[in-house]
Amino acid sequence: MTVTQDQFRAALLDSAQAVPEGLLDANHGPAGRRFNVYRNNVAVSLTEAMHQAFPVVTKLLGAQNMDGLAGIFLRQHPPSSPLMMHYGEAFPEFLTGMQQLSHLGYLPDVARLELALRRSYHAADSTPISPEALAIDPEMLMEATIEFAPAMQLVRSEWPIASIWTFNTQDGSPKPQAVTEDVLITRVEFDPEPHVLPSGGAEWIDALMAGKTIGEAHEIAEGLSPGFDLGATLALLLQGGAIITLTTKG
Amino acid sequence: MLDDTRKSNHLPLTAGVGYKPQHFSDILENAGPVGWLEIHAENYMGDGGRPLAQLRHMAERFPISVHGVGLSIGGEGPLDADHLDRLKQLIGWLNPASFSEHLAWSTHGAEFLNDLLPLPYTDASLARICDHIDQVQTHVGRQMLLENPSSYLAFAESTWSEPGFLHEVAQRTGCGLLLDVNNVFVSATNLEFSPQGYIDAYPLDLVGEIHLGGHDEDEDDHGKPLLIDSHGREVVDPVWSLLDYVLERSGPKPLLIEWDTDVPDWPILRAEAERGQAALERVPA
Repeated sequence: MTVTQDQFRAALLDSAQAVPEGLLDANHGPAGRRFNVYRNNVAVSLTEAMHQAFPVVTKLLGAQNMDGLAGIFLRQHPPSSPLMMHYGEAFPEFLTGMQQLSHLGYLPDVARLELALRRSYHAADSTPISPEALAIDPEMLMEATIEFAPAMQLVRSEWPIASIWTFNTQDGSPKPQAVTEDVLITRVEFDPEPHVLPSGGAEWIDALMAGKTIGEAHEIAEGLSPGFDLGATLALLLQGGAIITLTTKG
Repeated sequence: MLDDTRKSNHLPLTAGVGYKPQHFSDILENAGPVGWLEIHAENYMGDGGRPLAQLRHMAERFPISVHGVGLSIGGEGPLDADHLDRLKQLIGWLNPASFSEHLAWSTHGAEFLNDLLPLPYTDASLARICDHIDQVQTHVGRQMLLENPSSYLAFAESTWSEPGFLHEVAQRTGCGLLLDVNNVFVSATNLEFSPQGYIDAYPLDLVGEIHLGGHDEDEDDHGKPLLIDSHGREVVDPVWSLLDYVLERSGPKPLLIEWDTDVPDWPILRAEAERGQAALERVPA
């Protein structure tokens, strides 16, 4: 009459399965619905974690619909680590696969944005460079490379995800327009903030993250988005404390 | 077995509370009798940001107890080496006054199930848990306290009583014990044993910390009371009485109020801590 943790776990996440024999009540009868306490604890705590992790997705779907989705998600994708702060990494893909949500095409990217905001919130602290550090010979600047703050995140989307996020979190925000939005997340002290990047900005940052120089990255961004606004992109990064080192050659 | 010189427990013999970020300013303004704070280890294993900044700030003002909820000491599989490293790192920089974990399992294979799941009290589970605790104490480099669970059911295969099992684990590993008085009351109600009898059988001299929290009430298939350890409300009077019964026998101990769901405004939690502090002060040192 031993109950293995395999058996326990199988019944835990599947309420259609019988409660393992060998689990008893006080009078040595079958445990019955006492086992449901554990089933509920797992389902309720993980559902609650999903609500906390994805407040805007929850608002867009409605809390009850989110409960239903979370119930399916948590059984397909239980947490893979005790660090619940990172739970839900598979949620955007999961949403993409839900056919009944295909009319809400932006939902997976909104979930990606919420994940990125959370990663930023928990990322390591860092000390940004001062804007004056960029006041060097322009040729030297073009040959310099940049290291970004761990709290900086980039989320690219075909949807207006930053506007959707703002519209659902801040009263009086304008209604989202049908545009694509690449989002830069910066964290000056403790609170991550999303900003919409100008066209080409995401390519420029991507190239720098891959180790290209400022000049090389500029060529890439300019090639993809003629008229790329380097100044505006740089201003967002500097104001957000997102550049932590500038390495010049020689 | 842990060397005696590496045992350290400096939690004050006062009331403490489970720290919630929403109480940050309130605690700094008026902590009342609260002399120490407990954190859930896993919430402070990020790389930076507000959680760690708040914790550093609080740790300069209060002794901190690190309470793990994710180590899965009772798991059939091996302990998660990455998680052990994270614990070691947290405890290394924070140097908390106490470190504790649960007699339970929560990880199965690659899955973390986010609940404290029960285990049978057998010679086999005893040996496994002692191995795991040895590994934890060696890796982290300090003594841990082991907490008794809330039970909703029993295992037919169990051959040890829970107090006997905990006593044996402590003797074999040198770990201390965390006595959750609400859990004793919940388990005693659910499994129909005497909570005072449990306390009489329990090695109170090994207790480094006491927990108190609120529970919910439900019923089993036969209409019998089924109490659920929810940490979502005030501690009920019979649990306060059981605390008095414990303290009369143990003397004063660091006493924690846990309130983890439907967290109230600070004055309500502080009032619970005041009630706990009053219970401690009734006991001769």
